[in-house]
Amino acid sequence: MQSLKELIRFMRPYRKWAILAPLFMVLEVAMDLLQPALVERIVDEGIANLDLQLVVNTGWLMMGVALIGVIGGMGCTFFAVKAAEAFGADLRGTLFRKVQSLSFSNLDKLHTGELVTRLTNDVVQIKEVARMIMQMMVRAPFTMIGSFAMAIVTSPKLSWILLVLMPIELVFVIFVVRKSFPLFSIVQKNLDKLNTVLQENLMGVRVVKAFVQMRHERNRFETTNESLKDITVKASRIAAVAMPLMGMAVNLGIVAVVWFGGIDVQQGDMQVGQIIAFVNYLTRAMMSLVMVAMLVMRLARAQASAIRVSEVLDSEPDIVNSPDALTDFSPTGHVVFDNVSFSYDGDQGDPVLKGVSFDVEPGQTVAILGTTGAGKSSLVHLIPRFYDVTGGCVTIDGVDVRDVNTDVLRRKVSVALQEPILFTGTIRDNIRYGRPEASQEEVEHAARMAQAHDFIISFPEGYDTEVGQRGVNLSGGQKQRLSIARALLTKPAVLVLDDSTSSVDVETEGRIQEALASFMKEMTSFVIAQRISTVLNADKILVLDDGMVAAEGTHDELLDSSPIYREIFESQLSNGAMANV
Amino acid sequence: MSDREKTQRPRPQMNDQADDKATTVQRSDPPMVPGRGPGGGMAARFEKRRAKDVRGTTSRLATYLGRYWRGLVGTVLMVTLTSVFNVLTPYLLGLAIDDYMVAGQMSGLARMALLMLGAYTGMAITTWLQTFIMVGVSQNSLRDLRNDLFAKLQTLSLRYFDQHTHGELMSRLTNDIENISNILTSTVTQLISSILTIVGVAIMMFVINWRLALVSILVAPATVLVTQAIAKHTRENFRGQQRALGELNSVIEETITGERVVKAYVREEGTIESFEEKNGEYVYYAVRAQILSGFMGPISNMLNNASFAVVAGLGGWFAVKGLATVGTIASFVNYSRQFTRPINEIAQLYNSIQSALAGAERVFEVMDEIPEITDAADAHSLEGVAGRVVFDDVCFSYEPTTPVLKHVSLVAEPGQTIALVGPTGAGKTTVINLMMRFYDVDSGSIRIDGRDIRDLKMDELRRHLGIVLQDNFLFGDSVLANIRYGRMEATDEEVYEAARLANADTFIHRLPYGYNTVLTERGSNLSQGQRQLLAIARTILANPDILILDEATSNVDTRTERHLQDALLRLMAGRTSFVIAHRLSTIREADKVLVINYGEVIEEGTHESLLAAGGFYHDLYYSQFRGKSAVLAQAGH
Repeated sequence: MQSLKELIRFMRPYRKWAILAPLFMVLEVAMDLLQPALVERIVDEGIANLDLQLVVNTGWLMMGVALIGVIGGMGCTFFAVKAAEAFGADLRGTLFRKVQSLSFSNLDKLHTGELVTRLTNDVVQIKEVARMIMQMMVRAPFTMIGSFAMAIVTSPKLSWILLVLMPIELVFVIFVVRKSFPLFSIVQKNLDKLNTVLQENLMGVRVVKAFVQMRHERNRFETTNESLKDITVKASRIAAVAMPLMGMAVNLGIVAVVWFGGIDVQQGDMQVGQIIAFVNYLTRAMMSLVMVAMLVMRLARAQASAIRVSEVLDSEPDIVNSPDALTDFSPTGHVVFDNVSFSYDGDQGDPVLKGVSFDVEPGQTVAILGTTGAGKSSLVHLIPRFYDVTGGCVTIDGVDVRDVNTDVLRRKVSVALQEPILFTGTIRDNIRYGRPEASQEEVEHAARMAQAHDFIISFPEGYDTEVGQRGVNLSGGQKQRLSIARALLTKPAVLVLDDSTSSVDVETEGRIQEALASFMKEMTSFVIAQRISTVLNADKILVLDDGMVAAEGTHDELLDSSPIYREIFESQLSNGAMANV
Repeated sequence: MSDREKTQRPRPQMNDQADDKATTVQRSDPPMVPGRGPGGGMAARFEKRRAKDVRGTTSRLATYLGRYWRGLVGTVLMVTLTSVFNVLTPYLLGLAIDDYMVAGQMSGLARMALLMLGAYTGMAITTWLQTFIMVGVSQNSLRDLRNDLFAKLQTLSLRYFDQHTHGELMSRLTNDIENISNILTSTVTQLISSILTIVGVAIMMFVINWRLALVSILVAPATVLVTQAIAKHTRENFRGQQRALGELNSVIEETITGERVVKAYVREEGTIESFEEKNGEYVYYAVRAQILSGFMGPISNMLNNASFAVVAGLGGWFAVKGLATVGTIASFVNYSRQFTRPINEIAQLYNSIQSALAGAERVFEVMDEIPEITDAADAHSLEGVAGRVVFDDVCFSYEPTTPVLKHVSLVAEPGQTIALVGPTGAGKTTVINLMMRFYDVDSGSIRIDGRDIRDLKMDELRRHLGIVLQDNFLFGDSVLANIRYGRMEATDEEVYEAARLANADTFIHRLPYGYNTVLTERGSNLSQGQRQLLAIARTILANPDILILDEATSNVDTRTERHLQDALLRLMAGRTSFVIAHRLSTIREADKVLVINYGEVIEEGTHESLLAAGGFYHDLYYSQFRGKSAVLAQAGH
C-alpha cells in the first residue's frame, strides 16, 4: 500500500473535512446500533408489562434516533465528497503540471495513451477510494465492533456464537477470494486475447480479405471465444459460492441463537426481546465483516492505479534550465552542429546521430535528405532542445542551446512537426497558437504563404471555423498547411519544416515554396523532405545516412560528388518527376 | 479524398487507442461493493443511450437465450425456491419465538431449529445453483452472440470499415457485449427474484398480521418515492458532471496527444490555465452531484430505520392490545427490510436494462448490415488463370460526389508487367482496390480471362491475386505463422523456401528465435524493410497468378531496397503484374506504362515510347529539370 500512502499528502489541505467525515459516520453508526436495543426494550419491557406508554415513547425515540442518524450520514457524505473531490482535483492538477514540465524523452517513455489513462481513469479510481476510506472504512469496522459489543451487552451468554462464527466467516471470505481472484485475472487475459484478435482483424482487414483467410480468422476467434467462455463460467461459478456461504454462516448463527437462546428463555435467564436484538446485532456484525473484506480488495485495485500515478509524479524532467540560463537571446540564426552525437536512450543506447558537424549561415536554407531512420527528425529536434545531445554541441550564434532558457530558445526556433496536431478551437486560434497576440492581418499573411487562406475562407465561418475533436474534418494536407502557417506566424530566427508537406499535393507544395522563398531569406531554415523536388533550390543539402552526414553541398555539387545522393535522386525520380503537375 | 488517405484510414488513431484502454480498465473492475457504494456507477448510467425498439431487441436477445432453455428453466426454478426459502425463514423465526420459546416447548423448539437449519441450507444451495446454471446459460449465449457478430464482420466489405472507426467497432464488440453480459448474468435472475420476494413477503405479512402488513406496505412505497425524488434532483447535476468530465478528459487527452506541439510553441502556461478551468468546473458539478446522490444512502437508511420504528412501535402497541404477538414483531422487523430492498433494486435494474438494450441494439445493427459485395448466386469458380486482365470503361467513387476513376480502360496480356504512374491521389491504389474487389465498380467492368470478376466467387478471385502493400499488416504471431498466412496448408519447408526466395531468410535467422520469433503488435520489432520482405514471402507462398504491388518498396532504405527489388523480380517472373511504380528502373522494365491523372488513363505505352511521344509523361519527366538537362543525362546513365 506504499504508493497509496504516498498520495495521502494531497489530502493534507483538506484534513479538516477528512477528519469530520468519519466523525459524522460514527454518529450514524451509533444511532443504527441503538435501534435493536430499543426494539428489545419495546418487547421486553413494554409488551411484557403491557406498558403502552413505554411502547409508544420508545417508538418515537426510535424515530428520533433515526433522524439523528441521518444527520450523521449526510454530514459524513458532505465532508467526504468535498474532501475527496478537492483531493482528486489537486492530484489531477499536480499530474497535469508535471506532464507540462516533462521533456520529450520523458514523454517517449510514458506513452501518450497510457499517460491519458493515468490522468483520467487512475485519478478517478484513487479519488473514489479516498472517499470510500472516509466513509466505508470507518463504517464497516465500526459497525462490526459496535455490533459485537452490543451483542455482548445484550447477552453475554450467547456471545460465544459470534466468537465462533466470525472466524469461520473470515475463512470463507478468504477462501473464495483466494480461489476466484486468480481465475478472474485469467478471465481478463483471455478477454485481452479476444480483443487482440478483434483489433488485428480490424487493422489487417485488407490482408485477411486479400489472402481469403476469413474462415481461418473465424476459427481463431471462435477458439479464443470458447476458452474465454469456459474460464468465465468456471470463475463465476466459484465466485458464486461466496454469497450463499457467507449468508449460511449468518443463518447458522440465527439458528444457534434460537436454540441456545430458547433454552435460556425457558430457564428465565433471557427474554425474547433480547433474542430479537441479538439476532439483529449478529447479522450486522457478520455483514460488516464481508464489507471489510471487499474494501480490502478494492484497496488492492486502487493500489495499481496509485503506482501508475506515482510513476508520473516521480519522473524527473530530463531537460531543465540551468540557474544562469540566458533569458535575453536574439540570435541572427547562425546554427552550428559541432561533432554532435545523439541517442534516445542516453549514452548506452544505439546512436541515432554520429559525429554530425555542419555550419549554417544566417538566412540560409538547408535541406536534409535521407532514408527513414537516417536521423533527420532527430537532428532538427536538437536545435530547439527537444532532446539533449549525448556528445558534441549545438550552438546558435555561438551560444550552446543548453545555456539558453528553453522557453526563450523555443520562441526563437519554430518547428512545424511531421504530424500536424491541431487543438480544439478556431482555425485562427490554431494559427496563432505560438503567438496569441498576433493580429488578423498577420494570421492571414501566414495562412496565405502556407496556401491555407483559400480553403479557410471557403468554410462558411472562415477563420472562426472550429477544428479539433468536435470541429470540421480537415484533410491531412490541410492540417499540414495550418501547421506550417502556425510556424511561420512566430517569425522565428530558425524555422524547421519537418517533412511538413508530405500530405500536401505537389502543386500546392510548389506554390508554398514559391511563397516562402522571400520570407525564408530573413531566417535560417531547415527543410526535411522526401521529395527531391522540394530541396532543389536549397542553399545547402545535407544527406544523412545511418546517422552520419554522407554528403553536403548544393544539388549540382552533390549529383557530381555523392553516389548516395544520386541513388536517392534516381529512385525518387518517378515520383519526383510528377512534382510540378 | 486521395487514395493514399483512403488506404490509411483503417489505421488506429490515437483517440481510438486511448478509448480502448479506458474501456479495458473499466471492464476489469469487479462488481461494485454492494450496499452504499459511492455514486460512481450512477454517473455512468446517465450518459448511456436508450434503446429505440425495446420489444424487437428484447425478443432477439431472447432467441439467443432460448437455445439454452433447459438451463433457463432450471434457473427460474432455483430462483423461485430461493425466494420461497427467503420468505419463509422470518416466518419460522416468529413461529419459533411465539409457539415454542415463549411457551417453553423445548422439543418443539428443537424441531423448529432443525427446520430453520434445513430452510437456510436449502436457500444457500439454491442461491448457488441459480448462479451456477445461469452463468452457463448467459456465457454460452454471449459466446454465440460474439461469434455471430465476428462472422458478420468478416462478410462486410471494406467500405464499411472505411465508414466506421476502429474505436466504434471495438466498442460494439467489447463494451456493448459487456453490458449485455451483465443483464444476462445477473439482471434476469435478480428481476425474477425481486418480484417473487415482493409478492411473497406481502402475502406472508398479510397471513401473519394484516394490520401490521398494511402499515408496512404503506411505508415501503414512501421509501421508494423519496429515493426517486432525490434521484430526479441529482440527475441534472449528474449530467453537468458527465459533461464537465467529458470536457476535462478531452482537454487532458488533447494536450497530452499534442504535448510536443505545446512544448515547441512554449504554451505550457496557457495549457495549464485552460486545464485548471475545466478541472474546477468538473469539481463544482461533481461535488454537487456526489453529495446529493450520496445523501441517498443515509436517507434510505433512515427510512429503513423509521419503518423499523413504525413496525416495532405499532407492533408493540398491537401486542399490548393483544392484536399481535412478540414473534410477529420479530418476523415483521425482517420482512419490512426484505420488502423495501427489492423495490429499490427494481428501480435500479431499469436503468441497467435500458443501457444493455441500447448496447444490444448497436450489436444487432452491425448484424443487420447488408454486405455490399457478395457472391452472385450463380458465381463461377476460377481455375487455370492465364492472367489477361481487362478494365473496360470503369468508373468509381468512394463518395458519390467525388469521382475517383473516370472511364478507365486498360488491357494486360498474360505475363505482362504493367506500371501505373501518376501523382499521389490520381487513383492508382483505387485501380488495385477494384481488381481485388474490395470495392465494386460503379459502372463498366473488370474482366479476368474474359470473365467479369463480379461473376466469380470472391474467395477464388482473391486466391488468384497476390498483393503486396506499401504498409503490410503483420499479426502478433510467429514469423513462421505470418508467412504461412499466405497458404495455411503449406509445410514448414515451403515456408522456408518462400522466405529464401524473398531474401528474408538471412534476417530471420538473425532474429532471437529465428522463425519462431513472435512479432510484437503489428510487427513493430522489425524494420519496415523487413516487414516488406515478410509480406513478399507471404505472397510468394500464396503463389498467385496475378501480382499486385502497391509502392512495395517506398519508405525503405536503399540497401534493403536492393534486396526487395531482387525478391520482387523473382516474384513477378511469368506472372501478370501490376506495379504502382516508384523506381525508374521498374518503369523502364515494364511492358506497359499507364499514366493516370485525375482518375483517367491519359497515356499508355512503354517508357521510351512515352518519352518519345512528348506528351504528359514526357513533360512530367522533364519539367522539373528545366535547364538541367545535362544533369539529367547523367542521372539517366
